[in-house]
Order: sequence, then structure tokens, then C-alpha cells
Amino acid sequence: MELLEAIILSVLAASTPLLLAATGELVTERSGVLNLGVEGMMIVGAACGFGGAWLSGSTTVGAICGIAAGTLLSLIFALMTLGLAVNQVATGLALTILGVGLSGLIGAGFVGERITPAPHLHIPGLTDIPLVGRILFGEDAFVYLSLALVIGVWLFLYRTRAGLVLRAAGDNHVSAHALGYPVLRIRLFAVMFGGACAGLGGAYLPLAYTPFFIPGMTAGRGWIALALVVFASWRPGRLVIGAYLFGAVTILQLHAQAFSLGIPSQFMSALPYLATVIVLVLISRARTGGSTAPAALGTVFVPDR
Amino acid sequence: MLDPTPTGPHSGGTPLLQTIGLTKRYGDFLANDSIDIEIWPQQIHALLGENGAGKSTLVKTIYGLIQPSDGEMRWQGEKMVLSGPSEARARGIGMVFQHFSLFDNLTVAENVALGLDGKESFKDMSARLEQVSNVYGLPLDPRREVWQLSVGERQRIEIVRALMQNPKFLILDEPTAVLTPQEADQLFVVLQRLKAEGRAILYISHKLEEVKRLCDTATILRGGKKVSTCNPRAETAASLARMMVGADIKEVKAAAGRKTTVPRLVVNDLGMEPDDPHGVKLQHISLELKGGEILGIAGVAGNGQDELFAALSGERQSMDPGTVVIDGQAAGHLSITQRRKLGAAFVPEERLGHGTAPRMKLSENALLTGHAASGMVQRGFINTAATLKTVDRATEAFDVRKAKRDPEAASLSGGNLQKFVVGREILRNPAVLVVNQPTWGVDAGAAAVIRQALLDLAAGGAAILVTSQDLDELIEIADRIAVMFHGRLSEPLATADASREKLGLLMGGSSLAEKETAHAVGA
Repeated sequence: MELLEAIILSVLAASTPLLLAATGELVTERSGVLNLGVEGMMIVGAACGFGGAWLSGSTTVGAICGIAAGTLLSLIFALMTLGLAVNQVATGLALTILGVGLSGLIGAGFVGERITPAPHLHIPGLTDIPLVGRILFGEDAFVYLSLALVIGVWLFLYRTRAGLVLRAAGDNHVSAHALGYPVLRIRLFAVMFGGACAGLGGAYLPLAYTPFFIPGMTAGRGWIALALVVFASWRPGRLVIGAYLFGAVTILQLHAQAFSLGIPSQFMSALPYLATVIVLVLISRARTGGSTAPAALGTVFVPDR
Repeated sequence: MLDPTPTGPHSGGTPLLQTIGLTKRYGDFLANDSIDIEIWPQQIHALLGENGAGKSTLVKTIYGLIQPSDGEMRWQGEKMVLSGPSEARARGIGMVFQHFSLFDNLTVAENVALGLDGKESFKDMSARLEQVSNVYGLPLDPRREVWQLSVGERQRIEIVRALMQNPKFLILDEPTAVLTPQEADQLFVVLQRLKAEGRAILYISHKLEEVKRLCDTATILRGGKKVSTCNPRAETAASLARMMVGADIKEVKAAAGRKTTVPRLVVNDLGMEPDDPHGVKLQHISLELKGGEILGIAGVAGNGQDELFAALSGERQSMDPGTVVIDGQAAGHLSITQRRKLGAAFVPEERLGHGTAPRMKLSENALLTGHAASGMVQRGFINTAATLKTVDRATEAFDVRKAKRDPEAASLSGGNLQKFVVGREILRNPAVLVVNQPTWGVDAGAAAVIRQALLDLAAGGAAILVTSQDLDELIEIADRIAVMFHGRLSEPLATADASREKLGLLMGGSSLAEKETAHAVGA
């Protein structure tokens, strides 16, 4: 039972950065913008987040640095794709390459340093309940924040007028413009939100997951976050399921390797990615009626004035 | 010219909306050239003009979507500057767009909410939506998503959305282009009622008979300039058309010596499942076309016309070869190229993206459809001279106007590209021509050229199947007319017997039930 508890705790920890980044990307894509630079924004968020925490000694400062870095990088993307109407796919890929290089540069001085990991919640009595106590009441703040963020995004998208306008911009930007909505401004905010979330998701890795920074530590999590948005068919609720499912597969393969089942470790490491591909295939086969993707996703919009 | 007195009975001296010297410049191009127009309350004012005459630019400026380069607008006598549509809406200007400004993946209520200013709660808005739609006889289910709705229903959303703002002035951009004659009549009832309530309406249309019936005043634009403001009831359709085009339109005449010989295109009990979830299933479609004959297929968009075109052209193939017979050869299982080799030619509805590859040159586009049946490719190499010659021949025969000898398809205007696309197929002298919406979105002059070419081709012995939503066009050129409804095809009527009323009823599917019982009895 101890093992089960440990596994669940590590699954939650592994899932949180994915959930954070994917939530941001979901909002970005709902507004009609496809930002493939999530991996780049995450890794820069990781480097800056670690740097901030190491220099200040505070996890909060680190998280803020990560958010700021992700947002700044997303602004470059916004300038290119919204301001200059450049192709979103090419810009997003370039952003990832830029981010990976930039994070190496920023983080070079921090490699080998250690910080105190983010503190975990402790409510006397509740946290000490066997099995569920630590899982429900003993997580770090990021885990709770990520879940609150998903609920907040759900409320925003489906229960507020601003969320309706954002979905409208992603569904048909010509119509949204014709009705007088500022499509580019809406998309700018959505891209910035996506950048902030990706930066925070990246910062989570050195601040809470491992208390140190190594170059390339996001290890493709940005791409998984992108796939999760599709997996969730652009709905926040399904995003939680997808992120935890993926986190679970990641952790299980580690444990499976520890038990040395005689399966090549490379295959086990590939398992989460394989799972993503299979789920994507199943989802696209099961799709019926209506379009699940925002109809204007990835298209450049230039208003006529 | 005399000041054309509008019918507004309580014209207390100031019109509701007035534009003075309104001008919109794009670089050197004048989309609107100092346009003066007056709209009075209780007036249905028609705005007429060819494609590119500047109608859309003018109404977009009035709705605040475009900023004028020069001139001014006055609203109830006071100068009006609009920074955006929400300001226009706040003053009481509503608009129903030609290409609907709807969001397919949102519900009816959400779509309506987006057109309002969001001051009332979603619940109150939904309740008011039901009330307004009932009062005006425009029934809507607020919870349905738009992609599930028919074109007529979609337009209802647009109109209800505009009406919910209680506008003083409503702009409608070609509202009847997608409606059956009966649906259009229902719309006219609503518009007359709005007029009686004291509202003003600006009505853009190509359909001159409709304008004569409905509108009190008409303003005609040509090449960005106002040509005239007149009373459409005092004009004839021909005189209105002359003002729009600036010249007489050549009347289309059927050439003599049409010979009706053997069947060249036969369809036997064709049925086909749609390949996308929103498509229409084709059921029991049979028809027979002799040489020298033109068969028109009427119907509201989305009743299976696109699916029928795909089945006839070979974009989708049937298991049963006998369902489509071209010149005596079973072709239901053949590919597009194989059908072309049998002498068939196809012109799809969309000229950009379906009929041509937009970013490729005309010669390359000619090659793409003609390579199998004419000598444009030799031992795998393109004969550039032959492809250019095809372009030149089409240019000459159909008066295609373009900037250089071999431009990209996307750089041509709609009418000129359509003339090229139709010309490219006709010049191959096909035995069978299947053409979908031959003059959609094409100016009157080019439309006349294309219709004449179809008549001439038929006179030469070809069998032609024309699908169109323009009943006047079909009545003008077809020998017989059949109607598509929900994937079924009615018995063709001889054009002489096919009144607009009869066709309209068939388009609404009214006689389908009788037909089905007859079918059951017959079987």
C-alpha cells in the first residue's frame, strides 16, 4: 500500500506540468491560434524559474520568473503571427528551437546547483489520514493551482461572455470581426495566457519535480501537452483525464523497469508516446458530427479596414 | 435629374441616414467614389449593382466595419462617425450578412448573444429570442448548434439576431440568394411588416423582379459610382439591368438545328452514401439525356447537388458500373480521367480550389484537366506550347480578360475565371458536359457569354446537365428541369410546363410524399 501511495503521488507530480502547459495551449487554440512553441516556452520557463528561485531563495519568485519568461516568449510569437501574419506552424517550430537554445544559455550558470523544493501542504489531522491524506492534502501548491486553473478555464469558456467571444474568434474569425469583435486582441491575450501557463508548467520541473536544472529537462513534455489538447478534443475536463493518464503511463513504465520484466527499457520509455498515438487514432475514428477542433485553428487573420 | 421623392410619408425634412460624398479608396482603386444616398423611415431601399460595383463596401462602411476615406454620414441629420459595428448597432443599425456571420460550432442562442451587446443575462436573452422569433414567425430552437441547421434556418438566426436589437435601420445583403421562392415570399412578409413598423431597410439583391416587387426606391452603383436613384416599379428589369451593366446585355438565343438523337448520358437508379457526416445520401436517381439536350437540375443548396456532381464526375465511384452510362459505356466504376477519355467534361461549382488550383497558372490548370484526353503531355513531358495554346484559345473564344498571357488562376476576377473554366472544357468538344452552378457569382455580361456557350455546345450535339440554384437561368437555357430534394431527383418537367410555383413546391419537397406512395404502389 505504501507503494501505491508513492505511485499515485509521483503520478500527480508527473502530470502537473503537462496539465499546466496544456491548459494554456487549450485556451490559445480555442481562440484559433496554433502555437507549436509550447516546448520552447516550457524550457525557458524552467531555466528562468530555477534561476529566479536560486537567486532569491523563494519558490514563488521562481514561479513568477517562469510565468514571465513564458509570456515574453509568447509575445514574440504573437508579434510574428498576429502582428505580421506569419505562418503559425513555422513560427511555433522556430519558437521551440529558440527556446531550447535560450534556456541552455540562461541555465548554463545554474547547472549543478540545488534549491529547496516547493513545500508541500500539511494540515495536521487531514494530511495524516492513511493512504488518502497525503494524496489529497499533502501536495505542493502547483498541483492544486493546476486543478483550479482547469476549473477556472472551464468556467471562463462556458459560463462567461468573454469566453464565448474567445470561442467565437476561434470558430470563425471573419464573422467575429464582422460583428465587431477585436479578433487580434482576443488572440493576443489567449497567446499570452498560453505562454504564461507553459512557462509555469516548465518552471514546475526544477521548482518541485527535481530540485535542480539540467538543459533539455522538459524532454518533449511541450509536445505531449500539444497532443493532450487534441486528445481532450479542446475540452478542459477531458484534459485532466488525459494529463493524469499520461502521467500514470510515464510513472508505471519507470516502476516496470525497476522490476526488470525483461522488456527493453527503450520500449518502456517509448510507451507514453505510443499511448498518445493510439489514443489519438481512437479519438479521430470515434468522431461523429460537428467539428471538435476550433474551425479557424492555425489560420492567419488579417482584418480589412 | 429630378430628386426622386422617397415614399417616406412622414419625411419631416431629414432622412434617417444620409451619406454625402462617401468615398473609400484602396491604394489607387476607388471602391466607392463619392456616393450620396438617402434612406428614409418606412422605406425599403434597393441597392443594385454588379459584383465589384461597391455595394458591399458601402454597406460595410455604413455598418462601421470599414472607415471611409472621405465624405461623411449623417444619422437623423447629425454627423455620424463609427469606429466599429457595436457603435452602429447602438444607434439602431442592424445587418444581415450575405455570407452568414455565424459560428458553426456554437448554439443558436450563443450566436445571437454574440450579436448583442451582452447587457442582459444569457437566460433573459434566450427568453427574448424565443419571443422575437415567435412574434415574427421565424421559429428557432435556441439550443441547436448551427452546423445542424439548413440554410434557411441559418438566415433566420441572422434576421432574429438583427431584430433583437430593435433596429431602426436594417441592411440585408442578398438575403434571397439561398432561399426557395416560397421561403423568399415568407421573408418578404417579414420585411413588409418591419416597414409597416416604421423601420427602414436597405436591400441588396441581384434579382431585379424581386426588387421591383418589394422595394420603394432603388440606388444603382456601377464601378464604385452611383449611377442613379429611381423608383424600381417605374422601371423594367431590362432598364435596371442596363443601368447596372452600362450596356445592353446580349440576349441568349438557342441556336437552330438542335438534334435530339441517342442517349449520351444515362443514370440508372443511382444511390450513394455520403462520405462526410453532413452530406446527403443520394437515392434512386435516374435520368436520361439525349444529344443536343440540356437538362436543368434545380433545388435549394445542400439537397444532394454536390453529391450528384461527385458521382457523375467520378470523384466518387459506384460499385455498380451500370449506374452511370456515358455514350453507351458503363462508367459508374471509372475514375475521373477514364470518364474524360469517354468524352465527358466536368465543371464544378467552386472555381477556386475545386475547378482550378488557385496558385497555379492557367496553362497548368488546363493541363490538369485536359492531359489525358488531348495532346498536352508527350512521353511524360509537358508540351508547354500546347498548354499555352489552350489558354489562348479559351481566352479568345470566351473573351477572358486577364493582365498577362498566363497568369495565376487566383488573379482573375470571378467572371473571367469562370469563363476560362467553362471554356477549357467546352473547347475539348465534349460529348457530355456536367456543370454545377455555371454562373454563380458571375457578372451579367459573363453569365450571358457562358449561357450562350452552353446552348451552342448543345446545338452541336452534346448532352448537358446543368445544376443551378438560379431558376431563371434554368428556365432560360434548359429543355427540361428536374428538382433535387433530400438526395432524390424529381421527374423532369418540360421547361414550357415548369412554372416557378411548380418548381418552388418541388424544391420545398412538397410533392415528395405523393411520389413515394406512387413508388410504393408501382412496386
